[in-house]
Amino acid sequence: MKVGNNVNSQAVNSELHAESKPPVPKWQRTKQMLQYREAGIGIVAVLLVVVFQLLDSSFLTVANLKVVFQLSAEIAVVAIAEVIVMVLGEIDLSVGNVFAFAPFIMYFAYEAGLPLIVAVVVGLLSGVAVGWVNAILHVKLHVPSFIATLATLYTVLGITLLMSGGYPVDTPGSGWIVAVMGGAGWSVVVWAIVIGIIWHFLLKRSRFGIYTVAVGSNAVGSREVGIPTDRIRMLNFVLAGLLAATIGIVEGFNVGSIDPLAGGTSLLLEGIAAAVIGGTAMTGGSGTIVGAAIGAFVIAALNDGMNLLGVNAYLFDVVLGVAIAVAMIINIRVVRLRGTIR
Amino acid sequence: MSQNDAAAVPILEARGVRKSFGPVQALRNVSLRLYPGEVLGMVGNNGAGKSTLIKILTGFHSPDAGELFLSGKAVNFRSPDEARMHGIETVYQDLGLINDLPVFRNMFLRREHMRRFLGVLPVLDDRRMRKETQDYLRKLRIEIPSVKADVGLLSGGQRQAIAVARSIYMHPNVLILDEPLAAMGAREGRMILDLVLELKRNYHTAILLIAHNYAQVFEVCDRINWLTRGEISFDKSVSDTSVDELTRMVMADYMESSG
Repeated sequence: MKVGNNVNSQAVNSELHAESKPPVPKWQRTKQMLQYREAGIGIVAVLLVVVFQLLDSSFLTVANLKVVFQLSAEIAVVAIAEVIVMVLGEIDLSVGNVFAFAPFIMYFAYEAGLPLIVAVVVGLLSGVAVGWVNAILHVKLHVPSFIATLATLYTVLGITLLMSGGYPVDTPGSGWIVAVMGGAGWSVVVWAIVIGIIWHFLLKRSRFGIYTVAVGSNAVGSREVGIPTDRIRMLNFVLAGLLAATIGIVEGFNVGSIDPLAGGTSLLLEGIAAAVIGGTAMTGGSGTIVGAAIGAFVIAALNDGMNLLGVNAYLFDVVLGVAIAVAMIINIRVVRLRGTIR
Repeated sequence: MSQNDAAAVPILEARGVRKSFGPVQALRNVSLRLYPGEVLGMVGNNGAGKSTLIKILTGFHSPDAGELFLSGKAVNFRSPDEARMHGIETVYQDLGLINDLPVFRNMFLRREHMRRFLGVLPVLDDRRMRKETQDYLRKLRIEIPSVKADVGLLSGGQRQAIAVARSIYMHPNVLILDEPLAAMGAREGRMILDLVLELKRNYHTAILLIAHNYAQVFEVCDRINWLTRGEISFDKSVSDTSVDELTRMVMADYMESSG
């Protein structure tokens, strides 16, 4: 036992005194690789664009790019909502349905006689409310987030269908509010970019952001150091609901109609896929907004490009499936290199 | 109480502390006194209640009964934040470090330096925290590849050193070390012990040291408490006892409890 101790201490010693090591230690190479995690998916995105453009010269036209970016924007905001809960090591399955629920609440608030701007706020608050229910179920009542948000997924879907009778409605109002909230040509994309920038800095440069990482990485340690872990968890679920409501309303105004079956699980899963392809693991403690945005672009470009080429639509699902698996394998290998699998 | 006269006021005192988790009585009746500038060693078998006691002293749990006093004044910590505000710092056995955050973020976790971006937005003042972390670790002669490295990338000894450095950065009145030497080789262990002694000497910090290794306990501690079955059943100054006595006692208790 004593011998073992000595050997161990020597190993630790040599690592503690890094000065005696070669100039590029292992951790630094790993760190460099980590910085390329987003670059990797970025390269994939560029390659996709080049390939599609070579195969069909209409890919890089303003009209088509607008389609790609609008689809990317929608997926990206849902992906950001997923990233913030995935950093906690959790998942939110309800965001795809909040996407359809919030604009309907807005619509009925407007029909009830509220001014449009107030109706928009009410719609946003309905997303906050769903997020808050998720937070209470998960944080206070200790229901696993997967189950809690599965419950709200169906509840919200059902309520949306009951309210609407299953039929789409036209978006209400006109004027600058409609334009800002998605009616104007590129406003969906602008919203996504603004949201992306805000959350990137929140996660990297704010107290709230590093506490979120801390809770996801080591919940007990975070509590020991005095971080209000429950509040951090709850706030992120509430914000995920708000993000889904925002992009749902914006997308509604953009299309000009509100569809009870818009978004849903297919958008949810594309959002999760974008987050995963972008390099966010579900183990908690890490996540990247930039990666999620690029991941969303890759999914949108794949979808659109394969459409342009007239490829069988089912092939898109095959490609997406393979991409998710590959991204996850890379991710796990990177995490293992960092030695932080717990 | 080797160096404290009987009249001295303990900086941290617990009286009649009890704590149960469901049917499990973790602490039956614990009273302890920690004097300024003293290193108190706390020994006890696994399950004796050491972790629970620490978590009560640091505001993580609140006791079912009993009182805590800081310099003679009754206190009631509702959170770890409050205990820290009163100058009680703790290094937990699991270190409480965040593997996915860099060293400097860990150093300043929960007491971040902030600055105003564009004069309004509060953002983390990373440059200042990096610089202060670098200077401080250099002062303590703790060597790591970079303060920007994620803590998860460091060795066990380096991580332990960071955890201790973080806890003493604010010159706490009371420092609680839970098995600080558990994951360490002899040399890092020595370094931590030296840090402990320096703290006691220079800042008159009172230290509660939870440890398994009696030799190390005897080397740095002034007084030893033995916690068994939720009670402190032994309280002697190191000059009045010996490693042998302690070992015999702990063994006897172990045989008894394991039937």
